Amino acid sequence: MYDFDFAPVFQAWRLLAAGAWATVYISAISMALGLVFGIVLTAMRMAPVAALRSIAIGYIELIRNTPFLVQVFFIYFGMPELGLRLNAMEAAILTMTLNCSAYIAEIVRSGVESIRKGQIEAGRALGMSTPDVYRFIVFRPAIRAVYPSLCSQFILMMLNTSLVASISAQELTYAAQMIDNQTFRSFEVYFVLGAIYLILSQLFSLGLGLIGRTYFSYPTK
Amino acid sequence: MTTQNNTTIRMSAVNKWFGKMHVLRDIDLTVNKGEHLVLCGPSGSGKSTLIRCINALEEIQGGTIEVNGNQLGKKGANADHIRRDVGMVFQQFNLFPHLTVLQNCMLAPRRIHRISEAEARDKAMHFLEQVHIAEHGHKYPAQLSGGQQQRVAIARALCMGPQVMLFDEPTSALDPEMVKEVLDTMIGLADQGITMICVTHEMGFARAVAHRVIFMDRGEIIETAPPTEFFGTPRHDRTRAFLSQILNH
Amino acid sequence: MIRTFGFPEILFVLEGAKWTILMSLAAFVVGGLLGLLVALARTSGIRPLRIFAAGYIQIFQGTPLLIQLFLVYFGLPLLGVKVELWLAVIAGLSLHASGFLGEIWRGSIQAVPDGQSEAGRALGLGYASRMRDIVLPQAFRISLPATVGFMVNLTKGTALAALLGLTELTRSGQLMSNITFEPLKVYATVGLVYFAICLPLTLCSAQLERRLNAQG
Ligand SMILES: Nc1ncnc2c1ncn2[C@@H]1O[C@H](COP(=O)(O)OP(=O)(O)O)[C@@H](O)[C@H]1O
Ligand SMILES: [Mg+2]
Repeated sequence: MYDFDFAPVFQAWRLLAAGAWATVYISAISMALGLVFGIVLTAMRMAPVAALRSIAIGYIELIRNTPFLVQVFFIYFGMPELGLRLNAMEAAILTMTLNCSAYIAEIVRSGVESIRKGQIEAGRALGMSTPDVYRFIVFRPAIRAVYPSLCSQFILMMLNTSLVASISAQELTYAAQMIDNQTFRSFEVYFVLGAIYLILSQLFSLGLGLIGRTYFSYPTK
Repeated sequence: MTTQNNTTIRMSAVNKWFGKMHVLRDIDLTVNKGEHLVLCGPSGSGKSTLIRCINALEEIQGGTIEVNGNQLGKKGANADHIRRDVGMVFQQFNLFPHLTVLQNCMLAPRRIHRISEAEARDKAMHFLEQVHIAEHGHKYPAQLSGGQQQRVAIARALCMGPQVMLFDEPTSALDPEMVKEVLDTMIGLADQGITMICVTHEMGFARAVAHRVIFMDRGEIIETAPPTEFFGTPRHDRTRAFLSQILNH
Repeated sequence: MIRTFGFPEILFVLEGAKWTILMSLAAFVVGGLLGLLVALARTSGIRPLRIFAAGYIQIFQGTPLLIQLFLVYFGLPLLGVKVELWLAVIAGLSLHASGFLGEIWRGSIQAVPDGQSEAGRALGLGYASRMRDIVLPQAFRISLPATVGFMVNLTKGTALAALLGLTELTRSGQLMSNITFEPLKVYATVGLVYFAICLPLTLCSAQLERRLNAQG
């Protein structure tokens, strides 16, 4: 029978804490940037100009139909050939942002499409410009309609950050791999790591829920 | 008879197609300042389309539309400008669900006229009082009855200081007991002398406030007459058929 | 000697794609069977079963797939099970799939109106028959778009096997990138192969979704 020994893992708690912080940091930045870029993509995806729509659709489908890991490798190892040399952290955040923007764009689009035409017409009829109509009238109800999907997507993205350890970006999984290399307690290390991610995803879920209740709640019938 | 600057809306030879369907046929219509028109006709006859063309929610394929001397350009050029002079009230209210009653009324004036929050609030309160709903200013649309929502929608349109108000069947989506409060609000508006075009089958309302009643069928204006004539001695067969249908209803 | 990324290298990458497809299919089948049990447990009338299934789903949806694979890979030997890498990876992917499919199918089962099951009960049908003959066929139809959508995720998920050293599509790319020093071309090619595998599934899922919505 195998002797479980978690002590060496817990002794390295500083590494894990720093790694967890880095994971939260990468995730939060990428989510924010991804949301902005995703909304731009949504606008392109629904634009009256066919060329813009095609570019957006092509981009979204390319991202959604290839693995995140390959995207990470492409950006980190491939882009220097084109003169874009990024360190691991920059490459991680860039790939995360590019990746999540495509998913967010699809989610936000279905939110926008769920808004009744009368809402947009009412804004138009008041003389508001198209950008104002989308910003002040469509945006909040649209995000509200898809907020649960958006949150699941954010959490999936946070979990995805574990893959950037493969290019030595120093986040939680990277920290665990270092502890693994020093202690050879692989199972214990990854067990604790899994538990930390589970806690992080619960915390993200709570935090996102709180944001949702603050910004996206209003009475409905 | 009417002078140029007494004209609020002038539609000349307006034609509109949805694909192959000819929805408005050679519409000529002039509305004078302070005039109240009631537009009626069978479902699908083009009433909504006609008033939606006036504030460029629909594009027209032929003819011209002028509001307050501003001509609506092709492809909706000038549309934002014209829409600011034209208030519209929809059958489905279309209040913004994420904004309170007060915020619903303040949004457009703040964004378009760039007035201060305090000024927008004062203006909103003024019109909310006029439609007797000021005490619900802090509530969200979903917390109001249909009749209350429609009155807020009227106040919201008034906050932009429109020259004309368009109503598209404002009471059709309401429970019967709420129709009166909305019609009374509209009668109050009419008494103040605002120009209005109202699509409705509420014939009592038409008798009370309309200067002219217009009957449309299959995209054409069939008959235009003052209410007493329109209901008393309709000239056209189709008008008579329509009237007998809704009055025996 | 530095090789260029030419035809033999592309063939090597495609060889890796075979593993990607095989792993995806195996994990889908095994994960699907397990996932059905999870979905049934999650919707059953027995509270402890429901709670267990909820926790199971939560664990697989709340931790990274990579960690799940590591835990299976390092955990199986501790249980005295010695298996080859590829089997461990398929086991890990299957467990992962069972959690996600369990949740998708729970939603579909609950989307079937209660009256359906009650009608079956009124006819005197037992649980097995109510599920097999009445609820599951309807739930299956509802779940199709999301299920096919998850197949795309599962296929992309097999890429993580590369990080455990299994030479599937992504790792073939890594190897070719290391000997050709042309990572841009190599990873673009690898990406396109994934794209070619996943896009038909994505389109199929979207089509199924439209058909489902049209039927109301
Ligand atoms: N957006 C649209 N696309 C195509 N056809 C339309 C559209 N809106 C209205 N129509 C058609 O135009 C005709 C006139 O409609 P409408 O103006 O709504 O009639 P009314 O308001 O008198 O009931 C109807 O036949 C209707 O089906
Ligand atoms: Mg109508």
